[in-house]
Amino acid sequence: MGSVLRLRKLCYVEPVKFQSFESIKNAEKQQQQQQQQEERTVSEVENAVQKNGRDDDEDTKKKKEGKKKMKEWRCIDSCCWVIGCLCTVWWLLVFLYYSLPAALPGFQPPESPGARLGREGVRALHPVVLVPGISTGGLELWEGKPCTEGLFRKRLWGGSFTEILKRPLCWLEHLSLDNETGLDPPGIRVRAVPGLVAADYFAPGYFVWAVLIQNLAKIGYEEKNMHMAAYDWRLSFQNTETRDQALSRLKSTIELMYLTNGRKKVVVVPHSMGVLYFLHFLKWVELPPPMGGGGGPGWCATHIKAIMNIGPPFLGVPKAVSNILSSEAKDVAVIRSMDPGVLDSEILGLQTLEHAMRVARTWDSIISLVPKGGETIWGDLDWSPEEGHGCSLAKRRTLQSSGNNKNSNHTNGKRTFSAMKDLAKYGRIISFGKEASYIPSSQLPSVDLKELLLGKPSTISNSTCQEVWTEYNELSRESIRDVADNKVYTSQTLLDLLRFVAPKMMKRAEAHFSHGIADDLNDPKYNHYKYWSNPLEMRLPGAPDMEIYCLYGVGIPTERSYVYKMSPTGKCKSIPFRIDSTAEGYEDSCLKGGVYFVDGDESVPVLSSGFMCARGWRGKTRFNPSGATTYVREYQHRPPASLLEGRGSASGAHVDIMGNVAFIEDVLRVAAGATGEEIGGDRIYSDIMRMSERINIQL
Amino acid sequence: MPLTQRKKGAEADKAASDKAASSEEKIVQDGSEDEDRKKKESPAGKKKKKERGGEKGKWSCLDSCCWFVGCVCTVWWLLLFLYNAMPSSFPQYVTEAITGPLPDPPGVKLKKEGLTAKHPVVFVPGIVTGGLELWEGHECAEGLFRKRLWGGTFGEAYKRPLCWVEHMSLDNETGLDPPGIRLRPVTGLVAADYFMPGYFVWAVLIANLARIGYEEKTMYMAAYDWRLSFQNTEVRDQTLSRIKSHIEMMVATNGGKKAVVIPHSMGVLYFLHFMKWVEAPAPMGGGGGPDWCSKHIKAIMNIGGPFLGVPKAVSGLFSAEAKDIAVARAIAPGFLGNDIFRVQTLQRVMKMSRTWDSTMSMIPKGGETIWGGLDWSPEEGYLPSKRRQIMNDSQVSSESGTNSSSSRARVNYGRIISFGKDAAESPSPEIEMIDFRDAVKGRNLANTTCRDVWTEYHDMGIEGIRAVAEHRVYTAETVLDLLQFVAPKMMARGSAHFSYGIADDLDDPKYEHYKYWSNPLETKLPSASDIEIFSMYGVGIPTERSYIYKMSPSAECFIPFQIDTSFEGEDEDSCLKDGVYTVEGDETVPVLSAGFMCAKGWRGKTRFNPSGIRTYVREYDHAPPANLLEGRGTQSGSHVDVMGNFALIEDIIRVAAGATGEDLGGDQVYSDIFKWSEKINLAL
Repeated sequence: MGSVLRLRKLCYVEPVKFQSFESIKNAEKQQQQQQQQEERTVSEVENAVQKNGRDDDEDTKKKKEGKKKMKEWRCIDSCCWVIGCLCTVWWLLVFLYYSLPAALPGFQPPESPGARLGREGVRALHPVVLVPGISTGGLELWEGKPCTEGLFRKRLWGGSFTEILKRPLCWLEHLSLDNETGLDPPGIRVRAVPGLVAADYFAPGYFVWAVLIQNLAKIGYEEKNMHMAAYDWRLSFQNTETRDQALSRLKSTIELMYLTNGRKKVVVVPHSMGVLYFLHFLKWVELPPPMGGGGGPGWCATHIKAIMNIGPPFLGVPKAVSNILSSEAKDVAVIRSMDPGVLDSEILGLQTLEHAMRVARTWDSIISLVPKGGETIWGDLDWSPEEGHGCSLAKRRTLQSSGNNKNSNHTNGKRTFSAMKDLAKYGRIISFGKEASYIPSSQLPSVDLKELLLGKPSTISNSTCQEVWTEYNELSRESIRDVADNKVYTSQTLLDLLRFVAPKMMKRAEAHFSHGIADDLNDPKYNHYKYWSNPLEMRLPGAPDMEIYCLYGVGIPTERSYVYKMSPTGKCKSIPFRIDSTAEGYEDSCLKGGVYFVDGDESVPVLSSGFMCARGWRGKTRFNPSGATTYVREYQHRPPASLLEGRGSASGAHVDIMGNVAFIEDVLRVAAGATGEEIGGDRIYSDIMRMSERINIQL
Repeated sequence: MPLTQRKKGAEADKAASDKAASSEEKIVQDGSEDEDRKKKESPAGKKKKKERGGEKGKWSCLDSCCWFVGCVCTVWWLLLFLYNAMPSSFPQYVTEAITGPLPDPPGVKLKKEGLTAKHPVVFVPGIVTGGLELWEGHECAEGLFRKRLWGGTFGEAYKRPLCWVEHMSLDNETGLDPPGIRLRPVTGLVAADYFMPGYFVWAVLIANLARIGYEEKTMYMAAYDWRLSFQNTEVRDQTLSRIKSHIEMMVATNGGKKAVVIPHSMGVLYFLHFMKWVEAPAPMGGGGGPDWCSKHIKAIMNIGGPFLGVPKAVSGLFSAEAKDIAVARAIAPGFLGNDIFRVQTLQRVMKMSRTWDSTMSMIPKGGETIWGGLDWSPEEGYLPSKRRQIMNDSQVSSESGTNSSSSRARVNYGRIISFGKDAAESPSPEIEMIDFRDAVKGRNLANTTCRDVWTEYHDMGIEGIRAVAEHRVYTAETVLDLLQFVAPKMMARGSAHFSYGIADDLDDPKYEHYKYWSNPLETKLPSASDIEIFSMYGVGIPTERSYIYKMSPSAECFIPFQIDTSFEGEDEDSCLKDGVYTVEGDETVPVLSAGFMCAKGWRGKTRFNPSGIRTYVREYDHAPPANLLEGRGTQSGSHVDVMGNFALIEDIIRVAAGATGEDLGGDQVYSDIFKWSEKINLAL
């Protein structure tokens, strides 16, 4: 794959070279013109001197013309010549590349964990089910509008994404869901790609599951005992069953694998949002139809050995909020501040962000990632479980590199952080203005949010904005200002904010997801499917032998709360808020580019991925009545040492962790029959245990 | 880089146009400035000096080469750009401008009629069309993990042919994976939608079904490893269990609507096997109970089904060639079997394909009763000219065709393999047949050069080979003995999985063994009177039926027999071409094999069909594509291309949307299948 990319790059470089070459050509033409001018002046002088030099003059003219013609022709010639040379050289290189032996002598790639374990005698035992996360699964077209002619069963999502460039509006239209139902719009059917190909690579060369699959294959796995539970990640979880019967299919496949592999229980490996999806499945499968799958109360106990959650956003991710609110994350915000016009230029009709927001807001699944548990988990105006975390990440790295002055550095860091400790109030997930993010809560204006949000927004019908309709168009300027005036939103008031700015979306999605904490889990209302994907509002199935792992990377700054500002632009630039990327903290501060960071795997903060395994489900709690064992396994992030390593074999980033050697080894060992104790129980680098202790939740 | 080259080019121009001496100096001076340029410049300069006498200022050969390549590249990019910028409806527009408006594809047409997806659909691909991918391999297959070895571009077959052959082969003893190699079928619709890029198999059908609302949840490709014997796919991959579970799930999630199964080619036999397997009790069967089929299956729409086998399989096993290869071999005798280049293609192919048990499922079944004896065959009297005339003219000419047929000697199709043309034509008493079965197999030739391309022929020795040739004529029954003789290991493996006879008493408990399940003449259909069985196949293409062989003239290392392509029929209309007798069929499967079961063997209540399942014969007359733009044609009748036949697709869609065979119009017959079936004397 990498080779193909490289070749492609070469391929693209050439035309560029060609262009630059043309500019040179132009420069040379100018030179020629200059020469000619000089000649002309000379000839004029000659004319002046020799009056009867007419014939001569004509002669030179002819000569000049001839020369000119020849030169132009030659120009094209040499163009061709250069291109020819390049092509030939390129072909030669390609040929050489292909005739290269597969393994260079002397260069020994590190042995893959699969091969090593295979030699140790670890063999495939339990069938494995992989559950991909949001946006990593491919989507293909089954029925579309006339503009998608020829794209039948081609990937619209995943793969090379060429269609975005070719027909962007058409592409957006087909990826959107219906704004009312959250299902297919009429006349469009986009479906998940099934099978391992669904999410092995996201784009060519960018692996997601491929490395894990390859290593599993080394110890004997193949398609009959490895299954990719691909689903349409745009839909709310219950809707995947309603439309595609995805949950039924998963159930039937797990049962089949269990039977055909000698009644060996299944090891499930969900990633990212797949974790929540599989939580939903656990509840669904045991409940009676029509809402559930009718597997009976012992289904999970008989069929599932372990659930190895990778980078689990059990309690949601703050990134989802910024995405819904202004369809940007840290990276987008930075681009936007550097070049304000590019992403939403009205002249070019781009309005990229507005389009992206419109499409993303039809995807119910995003709502499943909004922070759950409210202020109890995520902290309130003045308190948060991570406080005092102090963005030691940069420091940690220097610590590692310079071992000598470890102590001095450390104390240094401590001092600065203790000074700043009070500043980072992570509980304020969204604050308008940098100031609002750290002033004591008593100084905050107390606007009654509820009242504000009840106020009926008046519609601004602006004809030029019609095309890229986002729900912001229906908000009046005043109410937008009111929103900003409220200054600070915690994870609890945040939901009100979202309900206010995106009423339709939240109405649709809140029928499918819930974000609270259950007081009494015996309440029959918790049998409704909207609670199934919230670990704080559901009970784990009665399966005491089942093991639950939380596997995630740590050591990367992860977005936790945002400093917002109002967009300075006109009415039609429909997204009225944006991250204030000018808000910077001190050098070691957690605030960078308008975003406060904590420890995590770049997408999911440690708190969200670790809390349930570290505390919520540990032992016999009301969320885990049968006492299924939980393990927290963290993987310290280490960036790839050299370019040759690609995305690194010790990465802790949200997706790259799937190539982490230690992680792969854990999965392989469990799949081959090991228990959590045998692979070493907990493995913790972060403060997750301490943070969890601080959370005051009844268990 | 481009800059220097450009300069150089410009200098070269000057050199060409200006006077000689000064410019050359210039070039040399320039060259001294830039090392890179110097290298290229100085030889060019020298050359120029040399050529100075003849042509003035011409570019060097290298330069013009580059120039040419550049031109080509530029034009190519331009065309590529234009192609990409072209609106996607452009080709269709051109086609319509030339041929007039195209008919709607059947999916669109039927959608307009209001048909929507109803019954879930199961595809069962045939031999060779399913993709195979690598899961574990030897070192030479480094980097091919989960890449297709079979299907796709076949790039690896060219790059590392020996490695490829090694990985495609199965174990010669067990018929399963060789140690250290795991090659597995590709799953999902991608397994067989396209065989190679641009060569559709199921893709057209899938696209048309999608038009009326089918998608992945209602369509299932029952991909299996087509190299294995049918029961071994269950043993190794649990494929049959998966198909069972998947059909059950599709029926359950689609509101209890029964499945429409569409097997193609060998998939037909595979699905026959499945139907017996699923109702038989575990451990040999799937334990679905006696009414599984009636509960889950609405219709079986067999496309080009080789129910009774295909003669091509015999020639494939016997000498690894079919008509086309034989012709290629005759034109360039050394090419495919070249000893010097160590290619030995055919031997390798034979060695590989002989490890595939599944090929043996297609050996003609039913012996002389079905395929004809020495002097008799059901198709006798068939003339290819007749059908051709029917197509061209009206029925008047067909009568004249039959008249002329009486004057001609009959073709003895029953003699599937004959050595020499006289053996193929003379009446049976005149043929002197020497029994080869007792012939002593000569000692192993032990030729070291042949070692790596071992085929079982090396164990036979010259005497054995001669004995085979001296038997002169083989019918469908003796052909089995012949194969037994020339390839004992393969047949030993195969006969544990397949059987080729006709059952006398179907209640005999021995028929509960799985080796009989894929032979329609030795199994009962499940008792499910609601199921409908369709036999859909193309007609109108000459199809291989029997062969004239000769002994190979070349060294021992070769396959000792080959089709004698020097034999041609007397006149243009003859069925004998290049040593092969052809009959009507779809280019691979003769009509007899594809149609007999539905036309006679299962029609009404017979002993093979005790519950009286209704059968329909649907033939599709072959019409070659009118022009190149049509691709492989929308009315093709050939074995694979028939899957793009609009009439066939329409039939399938109608049935999938709920129609019965009667709604389609019952039988649709162009060939003489009913007449031929009548001639077969089989107790029903």
